[in-house]
Amino acid sequence: MTLVHDRYRAINSPLHRLDPRVKLVTALLLIVGIVLTPERAWPAYPLLWALVGGIAAVGQLGVGRVARLGGVALPFALAAATLLFTTPGDPVISLAGLDITDNGLARFAAILLKSWLAVQVALLLSMSTHITDLLWALSSLRVPATLVAIISFMIRYLYTLQDEAQRLTRARAARSATHTGQRSGGSIRWRARVTGGLVGNLFLRSYERSERVYAAMLARGYRGELRSLDPPPLTGRAVLSGAGVIAALVVIELAALLLWG
Amino acid sequence: MSIFLALHIPDGFLSVPVALVGWALMIGFVGLALRQTRDSLGERQIPLMGILAAFIFAAQMINFPVAGGTSGHLLGGTLAAILLGPWAAALVMTSVVTVQALLFQDGGLLALGFNVFNMGIIGAFLGYAIYQWVRNTMGNTRNGQMIGAAVGAWVAVEAAATATALQLAISNTSPLDVALPAMVGVHALIGIGEALITVGALAFIQQSRPDLLGAPTATAARGSSWIAVGLVIALAITFASPLAASSPDGLERVAEDKAFIEEANDAPYEILPDYTIPGISNEALTTILAGVIGVLIVGGIGYGVARLNERRAAVSVPPKAAGGD
Repeated sequence: MTLVHDRYRAINSPLHRLDPRVKLVTALLLIVGIVLTPERAWPAYPLLWALVGGIAAVGQLGVGRVARLGGVALPFALAAATLLFTTPGDPVISLAGLDITDNGLARFAAILLKSWLAVQVALLLSMSTHITDLLWALSSLRVPATLVAIISFMIRYLYTLQDEAQRLTRARAARSATHTGQRSGGSIRWRARVTGGLVGNLFLRSYERSERVYAAMLARGYRGELRSLDPPPLTGRAVLSGAGVIAALVVIELAALLLWG
Repeated sequence: MSIFLALHIPDGFLSVPVALVGWALMIGFVGLALRQTRDSLGERQIPLMGILAAFIFAAQMINFPVAGGTSGHLLGGTLAAILLGPWAAALVMTSVVTVQALLFQDGGLLALGFNVFNMGIIGAFLGYAIYQWVRNTMGNTRNGQMIGAAVGAWVAVEAAATATALQLAISNTSPLDVALPAMVGVHALIGIGEALITVGALAFIQQSRPDLLGAPTATAARGSSWIAVGLVIALAITFASPLAASSPDGLERVAEDKAFIEEANDAPYEILPDYTIPGISNEALTTILAGVIGVLIVGGIGYGVARLNERRAAVSVPPKAAGGD
């Protein structure tokens, strides 16, 4: 079982201090802009990366590390790999009897670059913004309060239940001997039933935990709403820094459209 | 390996218009689900749903060794719908997919709309409707319940895979004649894992806390089968449309006979010229896709109009006295 960890890095940088509402909106616009880049506007991609890397540098998050982590979604590119062969165009390389066309190569490369850049933007958001800040940013951007409340409870118990799931799988591993090079025991059906049992067990533990949580919250005066301090006012400076990033994006995209597209 | 097999679409793989249709669908369904659950969602249910969202998230991490080092895992939409009812399950799955995108970059932010739709909405409604249907057909027995859960879970995974392949093809990211058989084929196996784990989990809960698997409320069942029936009919018609398209429709036929078709003007703008999508060569395929887009757009507009009417109705009614709180 691979565990997930919070990506947030507690650093005191201008990016970390920036208003989370500005960060969320700017990140979404950046991703839209990156995906809209004309396919063959090759000079645009290094410029977009310079923009993303610049933001990573301001946030002291490590340009190289963000670039490396940006590759997490790349295995999905297998889904697009057939474009290499099916896009009409002039053949450039022949691979196992199939021709890779120039257009196919361009399209595939553009998808990979866009995905890599977009994931880096999402990473910058989650590495520089604490989840509680992200949640109030969501509710001030009109995400329904019920949904935000469900998500905040989910995040509060995410790691607890992840530990619970890990205990269950560790117990399963302890009960089951394995030998390298040999098939593990039981039929697939049996193994699925064991896994199903773990899931059912986890559900009951979660359900009963939620009853205890609710009782404990009632005892502390919970009346159906989550209270928090009023969000700080949106400063002109925060909006301006977001607008600066968007302006740079627009310049790159315009150049891509008019000069290189 | 499992990342490729997973249905979480990263950013960059969906074109912006396709991604926006996904966002519109997500907003519509989540709004509907919030309204449906507003009365039943007391102060008690919100912690429950949050913790169960965390449960689905953690349950997806429990791997199920299949063969040769590969392993499957649960998606959970159908299981959540059987345990919570489809509307609450839709909210739980929306939270799960949103947190995966927002915190862990598992699935994109721009692609979030369709990721929620494929893994959450389809799983909750289609899986649940099939579960209910099989269960009722088999006379509401324990066997019927388990078979219904298995079939529902399998179909939900297949439908999610089909939807993902369609969205990738419309975005011109993956040719449909390759992506659709590959996705549907691979997920036919993954769906078996999903079905077995869902049944295993239900059997465990049935034995330990049968009270939690009580009869779901009739309104929830009716609402979800309504939506599922609508989706199935719309998509079935869409998939049948190329068969009908070879003969001109009634009005066109009349126009040809009366020889006034030449005088007909084209619409000043066309989103889907001749109900086809530019860039896809297979004629039957592109008609199907255009139909799917059309169904979704019409559905979205219908929902928007309904909401507007409702808001207007709500505005015209004088508010009740706001005391008592």
